Amino acid sequence: MQVQSIDQVQAMLTQQGYVCGRDLATVVFLSLRLGRPLFLEGEAGVGKTEIAKALAAAFGRRLIRLQCYEGLDASSAVYEWNFAAQMVAIRTAEAAGGADRAALQAELFSEEFLISRPLLEAMRPDENGPPVLLIDELDRTDEPFEAFLLEALSDFQVTIPELGTIKAPEPPLVVLTSNRTREVHDALKRRCLYHWVDYPNFAREVEILKARAPQASAQLSREIVAFVQALRTEDLFKKPGVAETIDWANCLLALDVIDLSPEVISDTLGAILKYQDDIAKLQGSEAKRLLDQARAGLDQDSA
Amino acid sequence: MVELPELSLPDHPRLAQNITHFARALRKAGLSIGPGRVVDAVQAVAATGFTSRQDFYWALHACFVTRPEHRTIFAQVFRLYWRDPRFLEHMMAALLPAIRGVQEEQLAKPGEKRAAEALLDGANPQVDPPEGSKEDGSEIEVDATLTISADERLRSLDFEQMSTDEVARAKRILETLRLPVKPLPTRRHQPAVLGVRADWRRTMRLACGTGGELRTIARSKPRQRWPNLVVLCDISGSMSQYSRIVLHFLHAVSNAKGAGWARVHGFTFGTRLTNVTRHLATRDVDAALAAAGAEAQDWEGGTRIGDCLHDFNRDWSRRVMGAGAVVLLITDGLDRGDPEALGREMQRLQLSSRRLIWLNPLLRWGEFAAKAQGIRAMLPHVDSFRAGHSIASLEDLARVITDERDSGEKARLLAQV
Repeated sequence: MQVQSIDQVQAMLTQQGYVCGRDLATVVFLSLRLGRPLFLEGEAGVGKTEIAKALAAAFGRRLIRLQCYEGLDASSAVYEWNFAAQMVAIRTAEAAGGADRAALQAELFSEEFLISRPLLEAMRPDENGPPVLLIDELDRTDEPFEAFLLEALSDFQVTIPELGTIKAPEPPLVVLTSNRTREVHDALKRRCLYHWVDYPNFAREVEILKARAPQASAQLSREIVAFVQALRTEDLFKKPGVAETIDWANCLLALDVIDLSPEVISDTLGAILKYQDDIAKLQGSEAKRLLDQARAGLDQDSA
Repeated sequence: MVELPELSLPDHPRLAQNITHFARALRKAGLSIGPGRVVDAVQAVAATGFTSRQDFYWALHACFVTRPEHRTIFAQVFRLYWRDPRFLEHMMAALLPAIRGVQEEQLAKPGEKRAAEALLDGANPQVDPPEGSKEDGSEIEVDATLTISADERLRSLDFEQMSTDEVARAKRILETLRLPVKPLPTRRHQPAVLGVRADWRRTMRLACGTGGELRTIARSKPRQRWPNLVVLCDISGSMSQYSRIVLHFLHAVSNAKGAGWARVHGFTFGTRLTNVTRHLATRDVDAALAAAGAEAQDWEGGTRIGDCLHDFNRDWSRRVMGAGAVVLLITDGLDRGDPEALGREMQRLQLSSRRLIWLNPLLRWGEFAAKAQGIRAMLPHVDSFRAGHSIASLEDLARVITDERDSGEKARLLAQV
């Protein structure tokens, strides 16, 4: 995975439709050069997961995704033994006239009966080069699993008691994301390069929209982004992320909207705001006020 | 293929030295940075090639920052340091004596107080029965008063009517009080003889030991975990005496080893919300409460319950209540703000918690009715509404805290509304 400069990383990601700033590009570049996992934190919908997908596509690598949830354990994250096949093997051995104990143990707990789960899968050699391993929403899992990840992420190896240690020939490119519903332990963060993914500024969000919803006219995109940006300055329970901006733009395109109006906004508010309290706040004249504010900002820019 | 710069440490360590110094400056500013991180940073800077200030900034940022709140600190230290390292040193030198002076003074106090208390306790362990009980009433009554132990009387005494001495003894009882909690089942499993699920992996392993003979099927059962407790404590003027004692209680609960709760998060609120969790972890109760008191700037001020709950819901609820926490809300509910907004925030709080229990010291009066508009707005949204004015009432709380059906006085008061 040879990259020469930050500019190159930025260009590669842009080619995949992922528009990012110099800050994020620097961290991605460093993670590639130093072989460190990338730890991305930020509000939901700012494009943390997307970056792993864009990286995989840019380098032509396989993307392996591990979605975390509470109670995630080794058998669904790392590996599991195929016990049904093992049972058949035992019966076959018996029928063949009893194998000795050591041989049976060696046969039953061999690679043949191992079912790889995402983490182990990412340690295996791949013809396209080491895969991109996305460990998504790490904050949803619990501390024991985090502690387990420490070994996996610092040495890129997994220990299976019956088989021994499996080490990745080339470390995979690891991207961890967290929505910060709880604090991830420092010991894990220390092994990673950290970056807080913020909401993009106006210019970059317009660029993102251009890349992700190219059918929208320049004027409409600018209005959409200006409105969403104005919305983020309001006191909302959940501020709309970039994903919501893109969703909303697609909704508006599907409705053949050419121009934002307070009526259209209140009809499609469900695409950007996902809490009833927030939607209620924006009903009535509030949407119009924000739209006027957004438009005034736009006029000022172009003047 | 372009020749890449070597990733080992550079030979002329001028820059490496500077980065080390920079790391030390950050450490002083409160970021926890180990030597390993410094090596990373030097390598990162070598990798980015030291071309522009912006790249240099983000390379160091990636290595040194691990929390969003550290970003501004990093930005400030970076700006100061990479302008002129000596400038920062001068600033630190100018600030340090002042800071140290205050700290030393504060640290000495709780220790002294404890020492004094320990000495006093040794000298006067017996507590005289209350004055006046011997003079009035008949002989039988006198006997009754005397047979009730001092602790017993203290249990039902209102916190607000206690003398300083009684408060001190109440605190000592509270230190031993626990909030027992029931564990919750998780999706993980552990080996168990009478488990409900077959553990095939272990079964196979056992079978290997007997030459392929499946004699027993190993079983497993769901592992258990403990819920979190979040305490929101009102420290406004109308609550001052209670909140001080309740904080003592909170300290005891959060420091009780093996008592259940996975994590105890403490928040105080008056006119603004303060997170005092970290201070409560301090072993010495006086030091803990002093630190918490210094952090919360709004002791005995007004109350803005709605706004504070709003802050909590927006900034903290998703971070401390992720795994379904039990919430203990300690307030008298006397809020002058918009009752509708307060109701909304309470609803949100209840929706994101496993159980919402409201402790209200005003409930000590038998004829208490939900007349105040703040109380009326909050009451429908709590799972349980209980008194919290004496040790006895806190002990009652300990009995029912995990009882899903307990609703305290809520039903009675709602019927009156």
